[in-house]
Amino acid sequence: MATNPKITEDRLDTLREEAARTGTIQGHGIVPVGGPFPRPASAASYHGNPVLKPPTWTWQVPLYFFVGGVAGISALIALVAHLFGNVGLLRAGLWLGFAGALVSAPLLIADLGRPARFLNMLRVFKLRSAMSVGAWTLAGFSSAVGLAVVCHELNLAGYGNDFLLVLEWLAEISASLSGLILASYTSVLLGVTAIPVWSENRKLVPVVFLAGGLGSAGAVLELLGFLVPVTQFIGIVASAVETLVAITIELRGRYVDRPLREGAAGWLTRAGAVFAGPVSLLLRIFWGHSAVARYLAAVCFVIGALISRYAWIGAGRVSSRDPQALFRIQRPAA
Amino acid sequence: MPISAFLTDASVCIGCKACEVACKEWNHIPDDGFEWSGQSYDNTHALGASTWRHVLFLEEKQPMGPQVAGIEEPFRWQFLSDVCKHCENAGCLEACPTGAIIRTELESVFVQHDVCNGCGYCVVSCPFGVVDKSHEVGTAFKCTFCYDRQRDGLMPACAKACPTRSIQFGELEELRQEAQVRVKELQDRGYNDAQIYDPTGSSVGGTHAIFVILGQPEAYNFPPAPEVPTIHLKSAWGAALVSALMVVLVVCLAFVL
Repeated sequence: MATNPKITEDRLDTLREEAARTGTIQGHGIVPVGGPFPRPASAASYHGNPVLKPPTWTWQVPLYFFVGGVAGISALIALVAHLFGNVGLLRAGLWLGFAGALVSAPLLIADLGRPARFLNMLRVFKLRSAMSVGAWTLAGFSSAVGLAVVCHELNLAGYGNDFLLVLEWLAEISASLSGLILASYTSVLLGVTAIPVWSENRKLVPVVFLAGGLGSAGAVLELLGFLVPVTQFIGIVASAVETLVAITIELRGRYVDRPLREGAAGWLTRAGAVFAGPVSLLLRIFWGHSAVARYLAAVCFVIGALISRYAWIGAGRVSSRDPQALFRIQRPAA
Repeated sequence: MPISAFLTDASVCIGCKACEVACKEWNHIPDDGFEWSGQSYDNTHALGASTWRHVLFLEEKQPMGPQVAGIEEPFRWQFLSDVCKHCENAGCLEACPTGAIIRTELESVFVQHDVCNGCGYCVVSCPFGVVDKSHEVGTAFKCTFCYDRQRDGLMPACAKACPTRSIQFGELEELRQEAQVRVKELQDRGYNDAQIYDPTGSSVGGTHAIFVILGQPEAYNFPPAPEVPTIHLKSAWGAALVSALMVVLVVCLAFVL
């Protein structure tokens, strides 16, 4: 019979019970970092680990979402200004759209690491890939708005003829249509993914991104000096929509929306919504006659919309880490 | 052309990780950082850019079929080697804007690394969280289904290295039948929670890597009803179209009023 004077059968029983109860043993020796382990896997998910991968996008991408929205809607404002004979807003809108296009491409390309890789986007066109649609849209928009600016400036400089005028109109219409896609495809890009908080808000994100683009385009034009009724009306509508969206997210109280209400991403979402929504809206409604208040409202909206883009990407990152967000959608009864 | 497939059987996996090692060695994949996770013997966490086979270790407080654990509480220690599912309708392939991700003649899903530009859209489009962007290289990586080996008539490295035939390689329909036989056999022997994981009923349309598991898919971090994200294209673009029309209306009104 095996005997060991230092350890009794009782001691072995004690050790087993303590290990079963607490998952660890208090005693001599090294307690490893990360202990006690092994930890049991919970039945609800594999060790609570993420099922999905977080987005890999760098800081340039949310900024591109914002700039693309401003540029796209500016081109639309320019076209409508042209239709109504508002020469000032036409020229400013075109230049703002052109400037946005110039900034957008480098931002998008920077995210890829190696600039030449962007060209691979243009080797195929896939209607089913929002990323492919977006890359082509940006290329098309940049060309159209660039052409519109050139034609417009030539016409202004006195080199105008019928051909240039028709070309300018065509370029402006193309820039407006592609601009609307540029400002909205980024929301489809998020909605058509496996990330729960994006996918489940696929009908809301287009509203957020387009309202943000509209309001920001109007706000930037205001900051350029266009304190006119047009930009005030656009600002009021955009801020009202931002406010309604924020209320919707808060009141709906869905589990999948938790990253939009809790933690850093949640507070970022709220901060963005407050600046672009109520703050901007109240400034416009109550102090709309004051130039200072208009400028302030414009700055608040731009800051809010910019924060909101980062918040949506951040919320996606948080959502991707929560296996329960995914499982609850796929097994609603459980 | 027959459809290449994996059948990975949790009930006979012994957690040796020969598949992980074989995959790394054959495909020259870098290490994952040699860090203790504290999650049983699993220190590679999940599938990713540098982990194309991943052995899960599940310690569960329930009996393993009719087996007696030998301690008061019921207990079972399960293992399963996870891998890219090579979906019938693949989210990554649909999302890829460069055409880098293709369907091969073996019906597997393959990333062409010289075409991939690292946009990262496949990463958020995979309903299983398989493909990831390598931070060293800057492009997307995942299981190649050992395309190079299959072209030469060899089975994938992981299946070749598996000592218990937990990883079986063969033709999809044959393996599906084999899986059914295996599940019935397990259930007859008292493993009542044995089931096949092969989401044929969802928009993914079934996978080319199917699994025999004990318990619910969630315990293995398998989505119970995975969907290919592109089924939402219509509703998302529809919402974008309606919103865009509203924007046009608002801008026009702004000039009228």
